[in-house]
Amino acid sequence: MLLGTVTTVKVLICATILYVIISIIFGLMRISKNKIIQGVATVYIEFFRGTSLLVQLFWFYYVLPFFGISLEAFTAGVVAIGMNFGAYGAEIVRGGILAVPKGQWEGAFALNFTPAKRMRKIIIPQIFPIILPPAANLTVELLKATALVALVTVVDLTFEAKQINAITWLSAQCFGTALLIYYIISRFFLVPFLRWLEVIAARKVGKDIV
Amino acid sequence: MNAEWRWDFAIEILPQMLMATLNTIMAAGTGYAIAVIVGLLFLLGQRTRFKIVNIINREIVEFIRSTPLLIQLFFVYFVLPQFGITLSAWVCGMITIGLHFGTYLSEVYRGALEGVPKTQWEACRALNFTTFYTYRRIVLPQAFPIAIPGMGNYLVGIFKDTPLLSTIGVAELFHAATAVGGYHYRYLEPYTIVGIIFLILSVPAAMGIRKLESSVNKSQGKVKN
Repeated sequence: MLLGTVTTVKVLICATILYVIISIIFGLMRISKNKIIQGVATVYIEFFRGTSLLVQLFWFYYVLPFFGISLEAFTAGVVAIGMNFGAYGAEIVRGGILAVPKGQWEGAFALNFTPAKRMRKIIIPQIFPIILPPAANLTVELLKATALVALVTVVDLTFEAKQINAITWLSAQCFGTALLIYYIISRFFLVPFLRWLEVIAARKVGKDIV
Repeated sequence: MNAEWRWDFAIEILPQMLMATLNTIMAAGTGYAIAVIVGLLFLLGQRTRFKIVNIINREIVEFIRSTPLLIQLFFVYFVLPQFGITLSAWVCGMITIGLHFGTYLSEVYRGALEGVPKTQWEACRALNFTTFYTYRRIVLPQAFPIAIPGMGNYLVGIFKDTPLLSTIGVAELFHAATAVGGYHYRYLEPYTIVGIIFLILSVPAAMGIRKLESSVNKSQGKVKN
C-alpha cells in the first residue's frame, strides 16, 4: 500500500507540473489577438474538457501504440491527466488575466512601462491571488484523478488496493485504508501547502499595494 | 493488426455504441437527480443551528470530496455485500455518484445562498417578513441564477464521470467500447467513437448551460429593475 502511495504521489507531482505548464501556455494562447492561435487553444480546451478523462487515458494507452507511439503506462497516465487538467487550468489562467482590473493595465500604460515590465511587475503579481484558489481546487481534483491511472495498469495506491482486495477479500479494510490515505494526503499535505501558496501570493500583493 | 481506421468496422459497431449511450445518459440523469437531493440534505446539515451536526457534516463533505470517486465505487460495491447488503452494480454506481456529487452541489448551493447580499436579509427583517417568505420570495430567486452555472457544470461533470461505472460492470458506453474492443481486438475505433460521442453530447450541453446562465441573469435583471 505504501509503495503504491509513493507512485500516487509521483503521478500527482509530475501531472501537476505538466498541467501548470500547459495551462499557462494555453491560457495565454486563449487571450491572444491572433485568431488562429486562439482557435487552436479553444479547440484544445473544448476537446479535453468535452471528453471523459478515462476515455482519454485509454486512448493514450491503448490506441496510440497503433500509430507507433508506445507510451509506458506511467507516462501515458501523467500525459493524459496533465493534458486534461491543463485544459481546465487554461480557463482559470484566462479568467485570472481578464479579472485584473482594466485600470491596472491603463495605469501601467500611462506610466510608460514596457509590455514586459507591465506584465511582470503589475499584472502577474495580481493574477496569482485570483487564480490560486480555483487552481488549488483543481489540484485536489487532480489528486483524485490519479486513481484512474490504476486502470491502465500503473501500480499506484488504487491498483494495490484492488490487488490486495482480490487476494484477501478484506474489502472494507483495504478500500477503507486507501480512502483514508487519499484523504490524509489531500487534507494534511496538499491543501495546507496550497493554502500556504495562497497566503504568500496574497501577502505579496498586499505589500505591493502598500 | 494495423493502425488504419476501418470504416466498415466503425459502422458495424455504431448501433451497439449508440444503445450504450442511452444507458450512459440514463446513468448521468439518475445520478444527477440523486445528487441534487443529497446536496440539499448536506446543505441542511450545514445550515442547522446544532454545532455538532455542522461539524460532522463538514467532515463528511470534506472526506467525500477529497477521495477519488473510483475507490468510493469499489468501496460501496465490494464492502456493502460484507454487511449483507447486496446491490446491483447499477444501484451502487448511482448511490456513489449521487453522494459524491451531492457534496459538490451542496457547496454550489451554499455559495449561491451566500452570494445573496446580507442587506437583502436585513431589509426583509426590517419589513417583518417571515423566514419562509424571505426564502421563497427574496433569497431563492436571487440565489438561483448564481447556482445555475455550478449546477450545470456538475451535470456535465457527472456525465463525464460515468465511464468510471464501467469498472464495476455497469453496461454503459465505455463498458460497451471495452467489450467490443476486446472481442474484435481493435481498440482504435471503439474508443475513438466513445470520445466523439462524449464531445457531441457534452460540448453543446456546456454551451446550453452558458446560454441558460445569461438568460436567467437577464430575466433577473428585469425583475430587479
